Amino acid sequence: MEAQALQVLQFLSGFFGPLWPLVYTLLKIVGIVLPLLLCVAYLTLAERKVIGAIQVRLGPNVVGPWGLLQPIADGLKLVCKEIIVPSQASKGIYFVGPALAFATALAAWAVVPFSEGWVLANIDAGVLYILAITSVGIYSIIIAGWASNSKYPFFAAMRSAAQMVSYEIAMGFALVCVLMVSASLNLSEIVHAQGKGMFADMGIGILSWNWLSLLPMFMVFLISGIAETNRAPFDVVEGESEIVAGHMVEYSGMAFALFFLGEYSAMILVSIMTSIFFLGGWLSPVGFLPHSFVWLAAKTAFVLFLFLWFRATFPRYRYDQIMRLGWKVFVPLCMFWVLVVGIWMMSPLNIWK
Amino acid sequence: MDFKTATFYFLSTILVLAGLRVITARNPVHAVLFLVLAFFTASGLWLLLQAEFLAITLVMVYVGAVMVLFLFVVMMLDINIERLRQGFWSYLPLGAAIGLLMAAEMGVVLGGRYFWPETMPDPVAPPVGYSNTKELGRLLFTDYVYPFELASVVLLVAIIAAVMLTLRRRIDKKHQNPSEQIAVKRNDRLRIIAMPTEKE
Repeated sequence: MEAQALQVLQFLSGFFGPLWPLVYTLLKIVGIVLPLLLCVAYLTLAERKVIGAIQVRLGPNVVGPWGLLQPIADGLKLVCKEIIVPSQASKGIYFVGPALAFATALAAWAVVPFSEGWVLANIDAGVLYILAITSVGIYSIIIAGWASNSKYPFFAAMRSAAQMVSYEIAMGFALVCVLMVSASLNLSEIVHAQGKGMFADMGIGILSWNWLSLLPMFMVFLISGIAETNRAPFDVVEGESEIVAGHMVEYSGMAFALFFLGEYSAMILVSIMTSIFFLGGWLSPVGFLPHSFVWLAAKTAFVLFLFLWFRATFPRYRYDQIMRLGWKVFVPLCMFWVLVVGIWMMSPLNIWK
Repeated sequence: MDFKTATFYFLSTILVLAGLRVITARNPVHAVLFLVLAFFTASGLWLLLQAEFLAITLVMVYVGAVMVLFLFVVMMLDINIERLRQGFWSYLPLGAAIGLLMAAEMGVVLGGRYFWPETMPDPVAPPVGYSNTKELGRLLFTDYVYPFELASVVLLVAIIAAVMLTLRRRIDKKHQNPSEQIAVKRNDRLRIIAMPTEKE
């Protein structure tokens, strides 16, 4: 089987000649993006089903068996709808917004390691790359809010930019702790660092992952991740009861769909990042089972379920409370914890050697 | 022309055009967006110089944080372009003099590389496994630790000054104290009274 696959690859590389590295990379990108878009589509279904179950409803169940074709139907509807441009909108920038939202949400996936060696670009500064790309994503929201030339999108853009910039700081500090204990900015190295330690040697790897040793930072990262993706209970950006539907009010059809796809793939990205930084990535929780991609998928699905669960459970935060949580609770807590981890690492009790 | 040179010219062209548009764009928001593009392209050029850590930090700090706030300020301002353009010719000599001075200074610093390349040392190829993120961190926290700490103190002073300048304590301001709110007991808010059942 492997020999056959190798033969096919050799034939293809001969066929494309000097262009082969480009074609091969493009094939790998398609290999990441297509499953991702499928995940996004079915995440919307999962969201409606899970929230339905929590609220003792059925959720979508008409289109296809158990409602399984619902995302396809939704997608088709959005593609077929007319794209309406407000007459006073700033035309060029109006369309840059959704494109940027989708592009940055996909670009971040380039450095995500799915399993041992399964990574498109294994760069040394992977963590920084993710932070940089996600911070560029803020522009999509601001640009959309401004270019629509309408009050509600502009309010949403203001709220969103303030919220995302604030929570990025807490997120960055939580990551500083992870970087300190794993001594690397490379995402694969961070996963490898979690496979070492006393508990991993005893065969219960689940206890040597960062979530236990950095528990407060795990909580901060998870909550900041929810705020960063503008999900409930931090979704003041698109608070329906206050400002209609946020920065995408003036968008319709596929332009709206691009925002939607970007938002959900950002959710999946934050979940997979939580799994990689704190839940051991593709490492198996127990010694007698092999490490594999399946574990990463399961952990990501679990974190995504938490996102949906929180949305169904908590009422929306008030805006000043969001700012207070970010600046007055998380940032000082993170700074303190950086100090604690630093002292811990310098003391004889250091567990990350 | 190899791929690297082609990329360099491609990025440089975008950078120069974006820089020009920053000062020629009529709409201030467009100007800021062109400045963002200029930063982004500059970070691409740094990547070509194999300074990947600095390149990504440039995007993260300037594009991701500083320019977002900048864009906000510009969006909120009610800028009257016509009034800003007044007095262009009277300011031109001073502006041109400062611009020329800056160009001359840059020329002095960078000129050696172009006019007397034989006096400049060849860049040494980094060894295998060289990580400039690590190297930068090592330099910052060993050889340059005092300047680094000094810079952080200067920044701290700037932060405190900015906060103090904008902080206004109003006596009539209404605000909530979250820790008091959380500490509230049932007895503070609720009074249970015994009431005999009323009969018809």
